Amino acid sequence: MSILVNRDTRVICQGFTGSQGTLHSEQAIAYGTQLVGGVTPGKGGSTHLDRPVFDTVAEAVAETEATASVIYVPARFCKDSILEAIDAGIELIVCITEGIPTLDMLIVKDRLDTLGTRLIGPNCPGVITPGECKIGIMPGDIHLPGKVGVVSRSGTLTYEAVKQTTDKGFGQSTCVGIGGDPIPGTHFTDVLAGFETDPATEAIVLVGEIGGTAEEEAAAFIADDVTKPVVAYIAGVTAPAGKRMGHAGAIIAGGKGTAAEKYEALEGAGVKTVKSLAEIGDAIGEVTGWD
Amino acid sequence: MNLHEYQSKALFRDFGLPVSQGKAVDTPGDAVEAAKELGGGKWVCKVQVHAGGRGKAGGVRLVDDLDGVRDFATEWLGKRLVTVQTDAEGQPVAKIFVEEAATIDRELYLGAVVDRASRRVVVMASTEGGVEIEQVAAETPEKILRAAIDPATGPQPFQGRRIAFSLDLEGKQVNQFASVFVNLVRLFQDLDCSLVEINPLVVTGDGDVHCLDAKVNIDNNALYRQPAVAALRDPTQEDEREAQADEFGLNYVALDGNIGCMVNGAGLAMGTMDLVKLHGGNPANFLDVGGGATEEAVAEAFKIILSDDAVKAVLINIFGGIVSCKVIAEGIIAAVRQVGVEVPVIVRFEGNNAAAGLAALEESGLAIATATSLEDAATKAVAAVGGGP
Repeated sequence: MSILVNRDTRVICQGFTGSQGTLHSEQAIAYGTQLVGGVTPGKGGSTHLDRPVFDTVAEAVAETEATASVIYVPARFCKDSILEAIDAGIELIVCITEGIPTLDMLIVKDRLDTLGTRLIGPNCPGVITPGECKIGIMPGDIHLPGKVGVVSRSGTLTYEAVKQTTDKGFGQSTCVGIGGDPIPGTHFTDVLAGFETDPATEAIVLVGEIGGTAEEEAAAFIADDVTKPVVAYIAGVTAPAGKRMGHAGAIIAGGKGTAAEKYEALEGAGVKTVKSLAEIGDAIGEVTGWD
Repeated sequence: MNLHEYQSKALFRDFGLPVSQGKAVDTPGDAVEAAKELGGGKWVCKVQVHAGGRGKAGGVRLVDDLDGVRDFATEWLGKRLVTVQTDAEGQPVAKIFVEEAATIDRELYLGAVVDRASRRVVVMASTEGGVEIEQVAAETPEKILRAAIDPATGPQPFQGRRIAFSLDLEGKQVNQFASVFVNLVRLFQDLDCSLVEINPLVVTGDGDVHCLDAKVNIDNNALYRQPAVAALRDPTQEDEREAQADEFGLNYVALDGNIGCMVNGAGLAMGTMDLVKLHGGNPANFLDVGGGATEEAVAEAFKIILSDDAVKAVLINIFGGIVSCKVIAEGIIAAVRQVGVEVPVIVRFEGNNAAAGLAALEESGLAIATATSLEDAATKAVAAVGGGP
């Protein structure tokens, strides 16, 4: 078991024939993901990476029975691409692209909420169920099928957490990068709810960062609704207020969104926190009693 | 991207928001001419910098003769203004804004932001205008009135009227405020703002609602579709190294420590800074080389880090996902050969092509220390500057 994606998930790629779409589709196919086709308007009817190319997402869904779509189009076209995927009835959309205007995401988020479509990202590494399905840009070989659910706002920090749980031999059930933007499609709480009910997930790693209140919301949710052990790390203890730390969402504004506040909220919810990102793997061993 | 007050007020006027007549000038002579042209007997002179807290720092003055205008301009033009929001060096003053003075009966606050929790543009208003609104929000949250904007309907006058009545506005002020409310949100949405603030929004002696200040921040991600606004950028108000980094797709933020950091990924870059601190060191900067780092960008990143004289060691932490550690290694080698690095460099590679990257560093014959783990890298970097336990 796992959450969001598994070996049976049928995936299409929007922006399939572009350089990013091609590179990461090749890797996904090599990993074993059921990538069943792609969409590039104007190139419908052709074949790319031995898969059919369609002009529209609706057509791709009708022909391939895909339920998931991964988007590698430039930021200025993402609103349109996400709305097209929603309109075509895609259940899970994964948008990797960084730099989407925030006001575009407000419109997208409203539509997602109205129709109950799940969007992972934008500005994220994607989602992977090790050994079964990889949708995104994460390096497949650092993962190991296993029992830790990983959810994170940051790409490379996710890889650190993954590598440590792999090195320890715990492995991962599913890893979800929700992205570093102020308005993400999916929140920590959505993913935590999934991990709580997933039989394959026995412990959870939450990787947060400064800015916003997503970690505080996660803490409240964990206190009430999560029974599995959770280890959390928050990046940005040393970040000064008012300076955006790379991610559009990573800024301490008006004195709110500090790492200290987030650690306090998570510790109050019974979460095992680590101040060094090198200690995530050890902490999982500690809270679970695994060797 | 930040705008100057005079630029923000020009945009306000375009969107039908009531602002005073004023003129931005860059010489004392022009300042006097501007005051004469505006007429009246009282003017407000304001330095134009990208920072709040100008008033308390002496950068805003009410004057009632032309000599006062000239004195203010002479005093400030070409100088730097230090406020609570700037660093110790302050921001350069290249322009001052001369504006007709308004009479003030009441001071209110009105602002709009993207609220992450409700996923809406939210307008906030308060009777506590002219003061630190963050402080009001923290200490007396009940004094902040809010209205969320539905993306489907946009701002509606009734939302403005409701706030107006709660602010105890009366008569013509209610519709004036509702109009300011609607136009403020229109400006926010049409120009892809991330923040718009009017602090204070005043009721004048004549009983009119009037925007005394204007602050506009634009979403950098949307600048491609806001060419007119993008043209208002003032690079002299930005940190030179940050702007230079931006040109190469690098994210750089200067800090005050002595260990330079080069990392891929914003989260890992923060995590690396935190780890340095945890081991008793102080990071000199935040630097994310991004996911598609080229050899050239890495070399540039290296130069930017080393242009900070405080840097006594450089810690490079790369977890190769898309980016190959081999490419990073070649960038490091090229940069070291070009600029001649005299401080210790510690490298930790993990992931994509890590072994090949480390091998390339070894073969280069350059004095670059490699680390076997995160902890090892942080410990070595801190030891290199003579810090830590």
